[in-house]
Amino acid sequence: MNGWSHHLIVAPILIPLIASALLLFIDERPRVAKAMVSLASAILPTVIAFILFRIESGPNGFEGVYLVGNWSAPFGIVLVLDGLSAMMLLLTALLAVSALVFSLARWHAVGAHFHSMFQLLLMGVNGAFLTGDLFNLFVFFEVMLAASYGLLLHGSGPLRVKAGMHYIAINLVAALLFLIGVSLIYGTAGTLNMADLAARIPEIEPDRRMLMEAGAGILGVVFLIKAGMWPLCFWLPTAYSAASAPVAGIFAIMSKLGIYVILRLTMLLFGEGPSAGFGAPVLLYGGMATLIFGIVGVLASQALGRLAGFSVLVSSGTLLMVLGINDGAVSSGALLYLVSSTLTISAFFMLIELVERGQDAGANVLAVTMEAYGEADDEPENEKEGVTMPGTMAVLGICFAACGILLSGLPPLSGFVAKFAMLSAMMGTGSIGVPPTAAIWALVVLVILSGIAALISMTRVGIRTFWSSIEGTVPRVLVIEIVPVMFLLALTLALTVRAGPAMQYMDTTIRTLSKPSIYIHAVNNALPIKGVKAGTEGE
Amino acid sequence: MELVLSIAIGIMTSCGVWLILRPRTYQVIIGLSLLSYAVNLFIFGVGGVKANVPPILGNDDPSILADPVPQALVLTAIVIGFATTALFLVVLLASRGLTGSDHVDGRNEPK
Repeated sequence: MNGWSHHLIVAPILIPLIASALLLFIDERPRVAKAMVSLASAILPTVIAFILFRIESGPNGFEGVYLVGNWSAPFGIVLVLDGLSAMMLLLTALLAVSALVFSLARWHAVGAHFHSMFQLLLMGVNGAFLTGDLFNLFVFFEVMLAASYGLLLHGSGPLRVKAGMHYIAINLVAALLFLIGVSLIYGTAGTLNMADLAARIPEIEPDRRMLMEAGAGILGVVFLIKAGMWPLCFWLPTAYSAASAPVAGIFAIMSKLGIYVILRLTMLLFGEGPSAGFGAPVLLYGGMATLIFGIVGVLASQALGRLAGFSVLVSSGTLLMVLGINDGAVSSGALLYLVSSTLTISAFFMLIELVERGQDAGANVLAVTMEAYGEADDEPENEKEGVTMPGTMAVLGICFAACGILLSGLPPLSGFVAKFAMLSAMMGTGSIGVPPTAAIWALVVLVILSGIAALISMTRVGIRTFWSSIEGTVPRVLVIEIVPVMFLLALTLALTVRAGPAMQYMDTTIRTLSKPSIYIHAVNNALPIKGVKAGTEGE
Repeated sequence: MELVLSIAIGIMTSCGVWLILRPRTYQVIIGLSLLSYAVNLFIFGVGGVKANVPPILGNDDPSILADPVPQALVLTAIVIGFATTALFLVVLLASRGLTGSDHVDGRNEPK
């Protein structure tokens, strides 16, 4: 990676930032112009993320360190691109394009500045995936959260304002915890650069190490709130089901951002050395509790939005558990599961809105969780004519069935491949080669149970919606609304067909992650560009 | 000096925690503000408490300098905290307008 292509690393942050600023200058009226700018700036990073992904999966792999401001690490801020961040960037970009196209049908018009906030959210998410500095991570996290506050409230209504207020309050407290964690780590280790921190951990004296671990623990709580680990997850189903469909679709990546940071930091800081395995039991048992809570929630929820919200928890719980056992082969299965479940949940959130559009809210009076529901009537009707989808019910039904198959992990789609990869590695047919312990057995049982719960719940809802609908009304669905959903589901199909190369990529990624020295070496050896004076850094 | 600082942080944190657990939105936002002051002081404290020393490296002995990094962190944290608090205030007002109540769940407590 040299010459101009080196600067591609910073593009996924810069493009959304510039686009969001540009969009502020365009009046709300000519929506087409706004939409075009926004769409262009979502597609361009997709292309760039794809190029970066190809470079990463190429033969010479990991060397993407970008020195912002041309200061060498650890003094300046670095952006680091490795296999994991390249994959997450691509995933974010694909979700963003889908959610944005979906929103163009009507959702982007129900409130002001949708596109600006959407682009800022992308900037924050991309930045958090790329950064190699803890405080910079905080800044990108806040950018993402500030945008997400606005997006959650997009469309307004009492339900969204209430859910939004809880969401904001919780995340403000989380931001304060973030600061406490970061400052404790700085106070004990004297650095905030992740690579430098990982290199310094063995040198910290034992009495200061405890403080450092306390700081890391507090920092971990923040990401666990984002990922939705029980008991920090009660806000999540309400907030996600209250959000408008395209917003919930892109929010699916935010809970995975929490998982990403935990994976990154545990592998880098606590992979080896004296603090090895710090926090692993918390992840394991916390993940189990989350999964149980998610299963109960999935079975209990009547409204589709809440069902999807609890599916996020099931996915987070599974991933946290697997991170807790911290085994290479299982983790690479988990990465595949992460990609597959994110695509599924995002598609599901958007599909729900289309399915529910046809239903009379009164037909669901019996629904247990009415408070998360009944908002469909508040949205202004779309007067614009568009191309409606022929054979609507058939297409919606097929997409719904695909989501059900993916969520429950049945063959032939990628949900099955991912779960199979995880389970077979856990059962010892993978690289471990040791008989599974009681905790592993509990884990296997829970993963299978979560699949059954999703299957039961999806079947029940599917029958009620598609087969025994009292009204018999057919929702009016535009092509540009169903195409993103089908696109995301097609990606999971592609992931199934290309499961071999995908698993290989995940394996390589996990192998690189499990050797922190590679990361540390790459960051410390990145040289500033000669002949260019290092810029002065602002705050 | 360290004692005064830590007691101040402790008092503000405990008041803040108590307030954010209260049911009224106004109390929650005051609690959040108090917590953020406490956290800002805390960040300031981790760099070591020193008086009358410059943070900028000159020809002096580095051991007597104040650590500039926590100061930069505090500055960023204040800016971000300020913006998010303002945003929360707006949501608070919107909630008050929509529900007619300043309860965090948007309803009045059962009589």
